[in-house]
Amino acid sequence: MDKNVARRGFLAGGAALGAGALISACTSNEPAATQQASASAAAPAAKEGNDAPGEKVVIGFSAPAADHGWIAAISKNAADAAKQYTDVEFKPVEPTNDINQQISAVESLIQAKVNVLVILPNDGQQLNQVARQAMDAGIPVVNVDRIFPDKLSYRAWIGGDNYGMGVAAGHHIGKTLKDKGVSNPVILEIQGIATLPLTQDRSKGFADALKTYGFTVAAQQDAKFTVESGTQVATNLLQAHKKIDAIWNHDDDQGIGVLAAIKEAGRNEFLMVGGAGSANAMRDIQADSGVLKATVTYPPTMAASAIKIARLIAQGKGMSDLLEQQVPQSITLASETITKDNAAQYLPLGFES
Amino acid sequence: MTEVDQAASAGPRLKAAGPGGRFGRLGEVRHLGLVAALVLLAIVGLVTKPENFATSSNLVSILALASTIGVITVGMTFVIIGGGIDLSVGALMALASVWATTLATQSYGPVVMIVCAVLVGTGAGLLNGILIAYGRMVPFIATLAMMVAGRGLAQRMSNQRTQLVQQDNSMIVSLSTTRVLGLPLLVYVFALVVLLGWLLLNRTTFGRRTYAVGGNPEAARLAGIDVRKHTLMLYALSGLCCGIAAVLIMARTTTGSSTHGDLYELDAIAAVIIGGTLLSGGRGTIIGAILGLLIFTVITNLFILNGLNTADQLIAKGAIIVAAVLLQRRSLKTPT
Repeated sequence: MDKNVARRGFLAGGAALGAGALISACTSNEPAATQQASASAAAPAAKEGNDAPGEKVVIGFSAPAADHGWIAAISKNAADAAKQYTDVEFKPVEPTNDINQQISAVESLIQAKVNVLVILPNDGQQLNQVARQAMDAGIPVVNVDRIFPDKLSYRAWIGGDNYGMGVAAGHHIGKTLKDKGVSNPVILEIQGIATLPLTQDRSKGFADALKTYGFTVAAQQDAKFTVESGTQVATNLLQAHKKIDAIWNHDDDQGIGVLAAIKEAGRNEFLMVGGAGSANAMRDIQADSGVLKATVTYPPTMAASAIKIARLIAQGKGMSDLLEQQVPQSITLASETITKDNAAQYLPLGFES
Repeated sequence: MTEVDQAASAGPRLKAAGPGGRFGRLGEVRHLGLVAALVLLAIVGLVTKPENFATSSNLVSILALASTIGVITVGMTFVIIGGGIDLSVGALMALASVWATTLATQSYGPVVMIVCAVLVGTGAGLLNGILIAYGRMVPFIATLAMMVAGRGLAQRMSNQRTQLVQQDNSMIVSLSTTRVLGLPLLVYVFALVVLLGWLLLNRTTFGRRTYAVGGNPEAARLAGIDVRKHTLMLYALSGLCCGIAAVLIMARTTTGSSTHGDLYELDAIAAVIIGGTLLSGGRGTIIGAILGLLIFTVITNLFILNGLNTADQLIAKGAIIVAAVLLQRRSLKTPT
């Protein structure tokens, strides 16, 4: 019985936290005061079980520079999650896209002897060493998204499923085309940054899922995650293929540019699937006015969850939904497919790009 | 004006740079080389992708892609002929686009946005010019500072988000969607900028002075040219071009973003150099730079048409820069 109450508290806390995170994710243009108000309004609901104030913890946080909608949502969600707890002192360091600087920033957090670190590295491989230093110094590390190759470098990992994104996109496209009875479809792929392992995982998942329908990817180009590059690449791709059946665009931020190019070319004979789940993309899908018919999620709420996990680790607690005494080592979030049918349900979770 | 003419013919390097002279024409020898390279690329396109390459819609795409960076390239040509360099163009374009779209979120109309973009670009260009001409900073350093700070300011203004051009500002988007005689409006904007740039460089005192200032600033000063004021104007001109380019990128992508124009400065400089403009100044043409840019754009198009990847594309671009500069060395026979 006791357990049940605790569990309910945890769930309520999670819901409140999620709500807070989404409200703030959606109101980025409003003054900070409004966001704080909404965050603290959500907080009182969450004071039982694991969310009850405990031992004071200092959480250090480091993430890449927020020059992209998804990353921006990550930092915001982390800060908002930390605000929900009176027993958490949130210590973010200046975000940067320079690996060298991020290493220094994490080192400074180690020097400051924070209780626990939450790190979304620019590159997991390259930040592995400094994360290991933190662990060796007795500071548990919660690794967000881009994984450290060395398991000694983190206490827990939470992140999205890049391979799963590809699989979800592949299944949506494969099934849609199969249902329409299309044979030998022309399927294109517009990637993010080609050199990142996450991009390669997405592409692999996509190809593997399409294979189950007997389909293959006809052409693949990378668009660097920027709007402008999305336009450039899509313009050329549309010229290269006079008839297209489907496009998977890995990223909804660059997708704005891709859609602009498609509109400019006046093409609509194909369906497009996005990636990451931005609010813009969801609104487009809901309106069903263009080629964008679906997007596959890569939830930025993972940062809020990471803060929660970090707090539990520092306080030596487990996750009350599980029987385990301690927080799990690895949590992979599911990639879901958002279509016209469920867009309304996911829209509050979308981030503005 | 006649004094300037005399000054311009004083030094051996200035002699060749007279307006409307052999550096101003399409038929000039080095331009023929660039045209030949373009023809060669077109043949590659026709052979590898006959059904895609020579279509009118593909040619329109190539021109539309070249427009934004083409406008920047025109400004860059002036700056480099004038003996300087502008590393800040990509950042200024991003800044102008962000500034303009921020106004859009406060429901100002498209005219205000366009004026804003142009003013921001020109203003930042003027600041570059002041630092260089009156602050006596090396152009490389001054514009490097502007490149870094400009991008930062763009990020700050946009809160690092992509800002959509709202539907009620469709006038801006229509630059890209409205077609006249088969070409999107933004291609006409590009053509107009090239034409005005060409006239300014080849048919006016301003152009003559640009060659003089870049070729030999001391001689230009002795000839009565206000070298500082002229330098200031050159950077303002480049900034103005960035502002116009910002409007075009807003039209194409329907957004303003601090990531716009990433590495455009390098593409523009490369196009200018391939076009036969000396990095040391005093010599060069608009037409050459635009041909250089078209070569780059066509290569990208060919690579994507044939499904080749970005990495190989970069290698090809690098090889072309080296080849173009080596060829120019030979044709110029400059003593080393």
